[in-house]
Amino acid sequence: MVRVGSVLNVLSVVLMIFAFAMAAPLAVSFFYGDGALRAYDAAVLITFTAGLALWAGTRGRRRELKPRDGFLLVALTWTVVPAFATLPLIIHLPDLSFTDAYFETVSGLTTSGATTLSGLDKLPPSINLWRTMLVWIGGMGVVVLAVAILPLLGAGGSQIMRAETPGPMKDTKLTPRITETAKGLWVVYVLITVACIISMKAAGMTWFDAVAHAFSTMGLGGFSSHDESFGHFRSPAIEAVTIFFMLVAGINFGTHFVAFRRTSFKPYRADPEAGAYLAVVILSCLGIAYFLFANSVYPNFVTALRHASFNVVSIATTTGFSSTDFSQWPIFAPVWMLFLSCFATCSGSTGGGIKMVRAELMVRQALREMVRIVHPHALIPIKLAGQTVENNIVFAVLAFMLVYGGTMTTMTMLLAASGLDIVTAFTAIVACLNNMGPGLGKVGPATTYAALNDFQTWICTAAMLLGRLELFSLLVVFTPAFWRK
Amino acid sequence: MKIVILGAGQVGSSVAESLVSERNDITVVDTDPVRLRNLQDRLDLRTVVGSASHPTVLLEAGIEDADMVIAVTQNDETNLVACKLAQQLFNVPTRIARIRATDFLGEERILSQECFAIDLAICPEQVLTDYIVKLIEFPEALQVLEFADGKVSLVAVRAFQGGPLVGHQLKDIRKHMPSVDARIAAVFRGDASILPEGDTVVEAGDEVFCLAATEHIRQVMREIRRMDKPVRRVMIAGGGNIGQRLAEALETNYVVKIVDHNKRRCEILSGRLDSALVLQGDATDESLLEAENVDEMDIFVAVTNDDENNIMSCLLAKRMGARRVVALINRRSYVDLLQAGQIDIAISPAQATIGTLLAHVRRGDVAQVHALRRGAAEALEAVVHGDAQSGPLVGKKIEDIELPKGTTIGAIVRGEEVIMAHHDTVVRAEDHVIVFVTNKKLVPKVEKLFQVGVGFV
Repeated sequence: MVRVGSVLNVLSVVLMIFAFAMAAPLAVSFFYGDGALRAYDAAVLITFTAGLALWAGTRGRRRELKPRDGFLLVALTWTVVPAFATLPLIIHLPDLSFTDAYFETVSGLTTSGATTLSGLDKLPPSINLWRTMLVWIGGMGVVVLAVAILPLLGAGGSQIMRAETPGPMKDTKLTPRITETAKGLWVVYVLITVACIISMKAAGMTWFDAVAHAFSTMGLGGFSSHDESFGHFRSPAIEAVTIFFMLVAGINFGTHFVAFRRTSFKPYRADPEAGAYLAVVILSCLGIAYFLFANSVYPNFVTALRHASFNVVSIATTTGFSSTDFSQWPIFAPVWMLFLSCFATCSGSTGGGIKMVRAELMVRQALREMVRIVHPHALIPIKLAGQTVENNIVFAVLAFMLVYGGTMTTMTMLLAASGLDIVTAFTAIVACLNNMGPGLGKVGPATTYAALNDFQTWICTAAMLLGRLELFSLLVVFTPAFWRK
Repeated sequence: MKIVILGAGQVGSSVAESLVSERNDITVVDTDPVRLRNLQDRLDLRTVVGSASHPTVLLEAGIEDADMVIAVTQNDETNLVACKLAQQLFNVPTRIARIRATDFLGEERILSQECFAIDLAICPEQVLTDYIVKLIEFPEALQVLEFADGKVSLVAVRAFQGGPLVGHQLKDIRKHMPSVDARIAAVFRGDASILPEGDTVVEAGDEVFCLAATEHIRQVMREIRRMDKPVRRVMIAGGGNIGQRLAEALETNYVVKIVDHNKRRCEILSGRLDSALVLQGDATDESLLEAENVDEMDIFVAVTNDDENNIMSCLLAKRMGARRVVALINRRSYVDLLQAGQIDIAISPAQATIGTLLAHVRRGDVAQVHALRRGAAEALEAVVHGDAQSGPLVGKKIEDIELPKGTTIGAIVRGEEVIMAHHDTVVRAEDHVIVFVTNKKLVPKVEKLFQVGVGFV
């Protein structure tokens, strides 16, 4: 039986921590004097009070969480926290509806980067920082952060982190204690982010832009403080730096962690996904560049390569930055990029989609079935990096693929039924479910999701949450078995 | 010599058997009294029931005045502990242990005098695997043995009609291959050995043993029989210790299929092997063999731990069209029954693996011993010591050495150089001499030749 009381108790603590996170934009607002100060005062106060009240109300129910409680905690965290995160937006922008604000914060925390806001350049810096900070926090995970800061989850912490961490195989603990693992992951995340900020500054951004875009890049989110996204900078150097850090953030942070600790590159070679991920993305860049050049979109190959690299890496890693309106390219290019976003990033990275490791397992499973037809008696293992993968993991991946496909179809149909054209409907769902951001048609890189009505916006919000929590962690809460004693 | 053997399994028993026949005092220790009784009934030795790593049991086995302890229990750790105790507590001069796990062999210090103090680590499964791998590399050979760190090889080949040398005198080999120095060490016709002379004529069906520098081996074999197509496809029946090692050794260069009936074992195998195909089923199941195209196999190797199973699956595979079948057979009576029949090669594991161990037990400085023809004959590599006075061999021409009848000196390895023995070759100190003994009874006489100081006794 799920113990709602103790789950709410932990949630209250998460909320209180989250209230402190709002102090950062508050300070920025104070520093810039951008007029949004009052919004943060209120937001911090409301969030903290709500957390405190909830905590006081559930104090007596505090118990060690069980794995099942973990799923509820994760589901609640990821739906309740974005609601509180809307406070600064709603208070500062009275015209913004709750639907759109909630879409915006979910988009941030799930690292999607789809936005309903326009006129970003005119927004107060603190609001833009808040948006990108949500991406950054959501990238590594709210619960992971809670586990890292507070030992409040005890042994159940690993189960709960598992519900939040993307990828099919989560049993490998990097350190003996889960708190240490969570801390280690966050430390590596912070270090790489700092490196990203400095590189972006060195490449020519202002400090503010560097911080905001580094947050957005490392979380593979795609929020920008400019309407034109990276088109605003017109700087190959900035694009190159961003490409590099997007590629880095698309690799499993567990692998980064091991590489940092051993100060060696070997863990990357042993990673079963990193190689395939880089190969697919880089080959796609070259292929698309050649395609654009051959179709005379750009006058020379170098320009084609520059735009192709940035946008392909951005979409394939599910970031969603753009340096140009790639929806104007011949249709093969953007569709291929959307296809890449479905599977290119590694498990344990900040990217979305079904993850490279699942794609690899699927390909191997398909090959295995074919070999099995020829050799009915053969016992053929599925191997990743020399290790045999248990069959139950393969089944779980198959089920995941099925649910993924089913979710995508159902939601596309819902959007189409509500009146969207099929290209917009399909690409919006692909973009949201993969936590990527821009789609094609009405939700293309040059436009925003403001074109959608409330119903359609809520569908997209749900798609982003399902995508970030990899379907099962969220869907399991809605099954009767979950609530049965 | 007083020898304590720990473990009376397959290896322990066969070691005991060959050592008893060489007149040693043997005590065998094992936890299984039934096994020990069987051994005691058959051979003239003493047995002690108990755990081989317990000091009291070792004492009871008389380890205090043993010259050598041979730890060949199933368990690596027991063997390691027993050897350490033998060195530390009982001062046994020579300690030999069977070590299966390659992990223990990776680091030299583990077996050093300070650590587990093992003079010789043997792994019968590995020796057997190497043996079979050689047979697959040289599919025409019945046996391929190496001496002097692989510089010299001895191959046993069955002569076939059509080989250039078949029907000719042995001395013609010189005319055929002027550049290659090879020596026919022995010829067996039926069960009788023929001492090879220059005018001996090789007939089809003879089992010819030739000795040559390793790089010339293929050329020499071509003289005696036409060469087959090189092996590409191998099927292994039995995925135990040997099957697994074999598949691991072969899978990079050959197309390997390995069959085992145990599902769990198959899972382990498929996890360990990269390109070999693991099949779960019975190796004597006709439909499985047919579905997996046994008729396309260049070599079918049966290495399960069951003799009958190996024999039956080999016979079946041969009937269904496998080019060459090799069976691992423990029982010596079966080996004699089947070799050269429908089964191309019958391997007796005891004979194949015991060589390195025997080399350690022998008097004189014997570097390598290989049993030939199921132990009836023997080839040994011995080191010549002493000088013209003390050593019986130093400074003598081959033709002057008084060898027992049925014994030939095949080759001499001097440093890096390989010299085929001719009647006027002079033996020097520190030469490695490869001696071919057609009858095992003559071995002690040969050993005596290599003992220093015999002249003064």
